[in-house]
Amino acid sequence: MDVATYLIQCLNAVQYGLLLFLVASGLTLIFGIMGIINLAHGSFYMIGAYMAFALQPLVAQYLGGGFITTVLVCIVLAALLGYFLEWAFYSYLYTRDHLQQVLMTYGLILVFEELRSIIIDNDVHGVSAPEWLSGSIQLGDLMTYPTYRLFISAVCIIVAVFMYWLLSRTRLGMMIRAGASNREMINSLGIDINQLFRVVFALGVALAALAGAIAVPVSSVYPGMGNAVIIISFVVVVIGGIGSIKGAFIAAMLIGFVDTFGQILFPQVAGVLVYIMMATILLFKPEGLFKQG
Amino acid sequence: MKKLKILATATLFTVACAQASATVKVGFMLPYSGAYGTIGQTIENAFKLYVEEQGGKLAGQDIQYFRVDDESNPSKGPDNANRLIKRDQVDVLVGSVHSGVAMALAKAAKDAGVTLIIPNAGADAITGPLCSKGVFRTSFSNWQPGYAMGPVAIDKGYKTAVTITWNYAAGQESTDGFKEAFEEKGGKVIRHLTVPFPTVEFQPLLTEIASIKPDVVYAFFAGSGAVKFVQDYAGANLAANIPLVGSGFLTDGTLEAQGASADGLLTTLHYADNLNTPRDNAFRASFSKRYPSNPIDVYAMQGYDAAQLLDAGLKAVGGDIKKRDQMHEAMSNAVVDSPRGQFKLSAAGNPIQDIYLRQVKNGKNEIVKVAVEKLADPARGCKL
Repeated sequence: MDVATYLIQCLNAVQYGLLLFLVASGLTLIFGIMGIINLAHGSFYMIGAYMAFALQPLVAQYLGGGFITTVLVCIVLAALLGYFLEWAFYSYLYTRDHLQQVLMTYGLILVFEELRSIIIDNDVHGVSAPEWLSGSIQLGDLMTYPTYRLFISAVCIIVAVFMYWLLSRTRLGMMIRAGASNREMINSLGIDINQLFRVVFALGVALAALAGAIAVPVSSVYPGMGNAVIIISFVVVVIGGIGSIKGAFIAAMLIGFVDTFGQILFPQVAGVLVYIMMATILLFKPEGLFKQG
Repeated sequence: MKKLKILATATLFTVACAQASATVKVGFMLPYSGAYGTIGQTIENAFKLYVEEQGGKLAGQDIQYFRVDDESNPSKGPDNANRLIKRDQVDVLVGSVHSGVAMALAKAAKDAGVTLIIPNAGADAITGPLCSKGVFRTSFSNWQPGYAMGPVAIDKGYKTAVTITWNYAAGQESTDGFKEAFEEKGGKVIRHLTVPFPTVEFQPLLTEIASIKPDVVYAFFAGSGAVKFVQDYAGANLAANIPLVGSGFLTDGTLEAQGASADGLLTTLHYADNLNTPRDNAFRASFSKRYPSNPIDVYAMQGYDAAQLLDAGLKAVGGDIKKRDQMHEAMSNAVVDSPRGQFKLSAAGNPIQDIYLRQVKNGKNEIVKVAVEKLADPARGCKL
């Protein structure tokens, strides 16, 4: 592999890792802070993607906006959905054991998938990227890199920085971190823990939906699309350390590189490399790379 | 005591009646949910359409339908098949779409001595090592479209190729078929790239293709993976430098989502959108009249032919499904007047058919020419 190809592969790895981070950061928020194993997180990714597909014509008609407006609408709707779901279902799960959480969130996957099938058929649908992002930049002598993928990376970086700021520099972040380590304590300090959790959950859902919505122009929407991301997202959370946003970021990057170079250098075992890496890391660091914090 | 006698007589009478009006029981084992849900329904619709065209009967027999959703889940294959075979006691099984399910089905049908007509699944093994007298396929083997692209690529003057697919049986069989034909005629497949199924992150492999710089790329993907691959290939601007060709499933049922990225793509398949033969036009008119909202595609055609093949078998035995061996004999020798063009089955039960070269134009897979005429699957490993 020559140097140019090597560098382009690094770019591919970073882009994949960043998108993975966007999905997994919401999962780690919900999992790490509220202690809920939310198998339905992939469904939120799917919902974001399908909203971006289905709402685009409506947004164009009623709001006169394009792709970006649609994505913003998706985020708002997803946050509202998350807020509602927490109130209706998830708030009953905090005191239950993990088996019951798994059962209920798995049930939600089936419900969302069936609803999707009823509302918008089982076909594959594409969404085009906005005009001003549909160009590409030259890489090497043959290949170009779609500008839209750089846009995805940029959005992910902005979200990562925003999350870092939110969690480590704001009062809300402080409360979230405190709530993660001791729920009763923060409740007795006069902070409405239920309300706080509801906001965290809404934020987690919005992040997954955002990832789905911006991924649509390169991934299309298709049945079962949420299931593909949920497993790898859990791998990110487990490697990174439950509840650690920093850990999720580094784990997502690691996976991006292992997966990308695995496909090129060891194609026969590419499918399991990520899991071998996970097993190895957990052998030495059973709680993941970064413990909660 | 008297009551019991009446009951017994009544029971006997019912049994006798059931035997007198011998209907043919057809069991659909198809996907009705999940990613292949629409395909399953399309196949069923097309099968029933043919029966309706014959006045609702085949060879004078009423047809009774049973259906089971196979969920495209091979591990449920044997159980689902037995529900139709043992519980519903079907005479004929029609299924399935997923190759893994079809393989389970082939085994169950063979063991139970039930006739099986496969309206899609392309696994080579079904009409290879798993072949059997009562197992027929009205679709294709994965090897066929792949093999047919070989001579096309050679004619275009390509010397080196890269093949790319998911790391699973269907992809391997399709790319092996291409490699076989391409290398027979002096080409060379210099690299075989795979992605774990069902991954759709192709960017690293596209970068690899750009650094290898082959004359042509042969791809096998289907459904959402096909959409994404074609979009990414165009997005990486590789299409302008290294032409992409593939099995027809790359562009069948996926064109709408692929949009302009698919323009000009060459693929090979046993069907195309504008064959414009009287037979195909009649089929298309009839299908779209009966099911206006259901797109007419290769799957519809294959389901329709499954009914035609059964009809040929039943006619030969005067509608007596119990004369199983004679019926199978007749099906093996039948000439099916398919919308794709007439075909016969090979000894292993796979269509000997023309494979068309198609090009994507105006959102359709338009026929360019016949890539290979009367192509028969080699049926390696079949002992019949």
